[in-house]
Amino acid sequence: MAFDNAYEALADAHDDARWAFGTGFEDPLSGVDTTVPSGVDGDDLAQYCLMLGDDALVLSHRLQEWCTRAPELEDEVAIANIGLDLLGQARLLLARAGKADGSGRGEDHYAYFRGEHEFRNVRLAEREHADFAQLVAVVLVLTTWRLAVFQRLRTSADPVLAAIAQKGVNELTYHRDYAAQWVVRLGDGTETSHATMVAAFDDVWPLVAELFETHDVERRLPGVAADLAEVRGEFDDVLAQVLSAATLDTPQVRAKAGVAGGKGRDGRHTEAMGYLLAELQSVARAHPEATW
Amino acid sequence: MVTARTGESTGTIASAREVAETVTDPELPMLTLADLGVLREVTETADGVTVSITPTYTGCPAMDTMRDDLVHALQRAGFEDVEVRTVLHPPWSTDWITERGRRRLAEAGIAPPGLAPQRGAGPVPVQLLPPRRQVSCPHCGAVDTEAVSEFGPTACKALRRCPACAEPFEHVKEI
Repeated sequence: MAFDNAYEALADAHDDARWAFGTGFEDPLSGVDTTVPSGVDGDDLAQYCLMLGDDALVLSHRLQEWCTRAPELEDEVAIANIGLDLLGQARLLLARAGKADGSGRGEDHYAYFRGEHEFRNVRLAEREHADFAQLVAVVLVLTTWRLAVFQRLRTSADPVLAAIAQKGVNELTYHRDYAAQWVVRLGDGTETSHATMVAAFDDVWPLVAELFETHDVERRLPGVAADLAEVRGEFDDVLAQVLSAATLDTPQVRAKAGVAGGKGRDGRHTEAMGYLLAELQSVARAHPEATW
Repeated sequence: MVTARTGESTGTIASAREVAETVTDPELPMLTLADLGVLREVTETADGVTVSITPTYTGCPAMDTMRDDLVHALQRAGFEDVEVRTVLHPPWSTDWITERGRRRLAEAGIAPPGLAPQRGAGPVPVQLLPPRRQVSCPHCGAVDTEAVSEFGPTACKALRRCPACAEPFEHVKEI
């Protein structure tokens, strides 16, 4: 593309060929039939998509924080790749929410212009990773849970959710294996790496119970949402297998309480969430008309 | 119907498809979108051309570029109204990469994928050791190569190394 000067190139909003400045492409579900199936409440479906989408968006942001901080180049690349896949899942799910609730809001609205109390992710996703052991512990727990959920969503009564899940299963398998292999390497490694891995799981485990608490929205979506009781069994089996290979015990720690009965799915988050959103949203809020 | 077309040559369904088939993948420029199995359908109607594509990895940033490249290639060929649609189901698999695509990958020093894993309804088994794969070295042809990382410079590729010729190479991983 030829321009007379650099300003013209930057100012030309119509030229989507210069994709380095953003294509302005906003609808990852373009052309997909997004009719809400009969008998399903659109608002409930949208809330459920936000739960799953926010988990992915928020964990993806935490993984991106590891760029330039990973112990080796290969892990740097792996963590960025996993973050990118999760961001892709988040885009589809947030776009699905905007179609399901009839508002027509795009993915950017949900990612950048909601307040903390409107985010529906579990609190484990927003947790900061103090070290690499905590990172792999969080990724193992969340991807094991998510893979089991997506396996079931492949036959969801919402065909869009089913299609998103079917794609996600293959990606999540790679993510979970990556985390599981690191947990085994560190847990069954040196005395120091073993102790670090034990501390990481002790630290993460109080937020695990929340993953299996069925929310009212999920109860109102039989046949659409995954049954968390089934997911729990599969999760326990996989974790037992990985922890045993890693010579680790299942942590015996109490679940972290909510605030006034509310947890992540109700929009009640930990202190870390406000800082995370400030970083995630500040550029979009400063330039609300920008094209990405 | 060719009313939507302003170019010199006559527009037919075949030619809109032919144009779409020349568009290459932004990350793997030796492959066309048709070779990659991403191009699902090209239909020409009175109102213009509709192209259906399917995403490779959900987060693949190249998708937006593919979309733009398709629109521009078709517009250059005289098709004014071009709509690019996303198809999510059935999900893309590396099994859809054509024979010619596989050959071109190997010629460019990238090991093509083997057969994608078939997943049933039950739990997906966890892999606690790096997966053992038979991937031949695209440089020297040696059969035994070793995994360096399951995650490569793009979402679709893993990194491997050949002990025989000592060259590192990329492998399009099965999905």
